[in-house]
Parts: sequence; structure tokens; C-alpha cells
Amino acid sequence: MERKKGKVQGIPITSEFWIGIWDSVPLTIGVIPFGITCGIMALGAGLTAGETLLMSTCVFAGASQFIAITMLGAGISGWGLIVFTTLLVNMRHLLMGASLVPYIIRLPISLQALLSFGMVDETYAITVDRIHKKGYSANYQLGANTAFYSAWILSTAVGVLLSGYISDPLAWGLDFAMPAIFLAMLIPRLINYAAVTVCGVAALVAVVGALYLPGKWYIIIACFAATIVGGLMEGEGQHAN
Amino acid sequence: MRTEIFLIIMGMAAVTFFTRFAPAALFRKTGVPFWFERWMKHVPTGILTALIMPALLLPKGYLDVSIDNHYLLAGIVAVIATYLFRNVIVSMGLGLAVMVSLRFFGV
Repeated sequence: MERKKGKVQGIPITSEFWIGIWDSVPLTIGVIPFGITCGIMALGAGLTAGETLLMSTCVFAGASQFIAITMLGAGISGWGLIVFTTLLVNMRHLLMGASLVPYIIRLPISLQALLSFGMVDETYAITVDRIHKKGYSANYQLGANTAFYSAWILSTAVGVLLSGYISDPLAWGLDFAMPAIFLAMLIPRLINYAAVTVCGVAALVAVVGALYLPGKWYIIIACFAATIVGGLMEGEGQHAN
Repeated sequence: MRTEIFLIIMGMAAVTFFTRFAPAALFRKTGVPFWFERWMKHVPTGILTALIMPALLLPKGYLDVSIDNHYLLAGIVAVIATYLFRNVIVSMGLGLAVMVSLRFFGV
């Protein structure tokens, strides 16, 4: 990310950018153990330190990096297979990205691309939490993205450095930080019947999907089912009014 | 750096960026239709729920609704903390504290 005299790609760094960083830094606890584990696993799978850091810098997608590293470690190095698996694992971002389109549609395309690059599960959650509480701010989203992107690269580097000295930090239970953050952001949204129904449908489909479907399909299918139910309920509500 | 690995990383980066940017690129010219906006309104709630529930109920890949499931217990604490304090960092801190205590002290 290029910065010149207080500007990020031509957009002045307003205080919203720093508030976004400030709000996000404590929550990076949710990704740091994953970054460290990513670094440790990658070296264990035979990647070099440079390859590992390049992957975290360019891909910035925890789940698919873990899967790619596991495949490489198992001797599966087919380009198409790894890249296609990455595409499938990240399909959920299509829905997340689509839900932010109404907010970012009028921004310059370079800023849209920059914001999209940094949209991961956590920064998406922080961005929609902010929309829910105060409305959308591109600078705030950029701040959240910057905090998590930096945390991801730095924690991968820590994992690379500590590889061989410590065991997997996820085994300590630190992987719970992420669901805890998401819970604290979900509950304030459950303020009406439609939202509670969406949550209920998503919960049911996600659990059944996680039991019977491969990979991360349960996320996208649960979200699809739940949001269609939610959209239909809103439609009926409007007819009634 | 091995060329083979470099190309895999670039391919992964390209498809990941595609999944994040394609929706914005798609609607850039046309604008966002009303039905689409109404549908997308519920995506945050749906995604958050879909990310949380399997993490709490199937932490090891099978359904585990028992007091031996530390993720579920810590999740209940995080829910109560959210209702009481309405603060993401407090919920995360208390939830993690419960999680780590359960793991290390076998409370």
C-alpha cells in the first residue's frame, strides 16, 4: 500500500482510517495464532521462508493457505488443483463482496479494488458492524483492512521464525477468538423477527452442511438459504404495509 | 524461489482477488438492482451465523452438544458477555479466558 504525505492512493487519511485501525488492532488476536500456525506449517511442508511470506502477502486468505500448504506438504503440487481448491474455498467472498457493493459502488475503481483485496472474514465482519452502528465509511474499512493485513503478514513471519521452537498455538484454544468476535457482532443484529429467522435458518443449514458437505460449502449454502428467506420475508412485510 | 511454487501462489492470489472484487466489478456499470440490495441486506447476519455455529457445535468435525465441548461453553459465556457489556473486546477476552482455563486447568 503506497502512502505519500498522508494519502493512501489519493484518498486523504482522515481520522476514520485511524479509528478503523484502532478498533481492529485488539481483534487481530483472532488471526495472529492462525498466522503463526500458517508460518510453522508452511516450513514444515517444505516451503521456504520467502515462499511462505509471499503467499501471505499476495493471497491473504487463511483457510485456503492452510489447505494449499497441506496439499503441497502431501506432495500434491498440481497448479490447477490447488488454484481451483482456493477458488472453491473463497467462494463465500463473492457473497460478502456482493453485500458491500451498494456501499462501495460509487467509489473510484482503484479504491474498490484495494478495499476488495483486503476483504477477509474478519475485516468484513468489522466493516458490516460499523455499517450497522454508524453507517459505511471507506476509510474505516481501509483502516480495518490495513490492521489485519499487517497482522497477517507479521504473524506469518513470526511463525516462520519460531518454526521448530514452538508447537501449534491453535492447540491452546486461541482459535476461539474468531467465533467469539463474530458472536459479539452477530447478537446486536438480532433486533427483529426477520433477522432472528435469518440467523436460525443459517445456523441450521450451516450445522447440517458442515456435517455432510465437503470443505467450506456449508458457509455459502447456509448464507444463500438464509438470505433468500430473509429477503422474501421483507417482501411480504412491504406488501402488508 | 521455485517457479512452480511462485506460479501456484500467483494463481491463488488471482482467484482469491477475483472472488472479492468480481461483485463490485459486475455491478459497476449497471448499478445495484433493488431486489439485489434487499437480498444482500441479510448477508452479514447469515455469514456471521454460518461462521460461528459449526465452530461452536462441531469443533472437531462431529456434532458435540455436551459440557465436554469447550467451544460451546466458552461460546455461551461470550453470548452472555455480549448481552451484559455490548463490547466486542470484552466478549472476546472473557470467551478466550474461559476457553484457555478449561483447556489448561480442566475446570
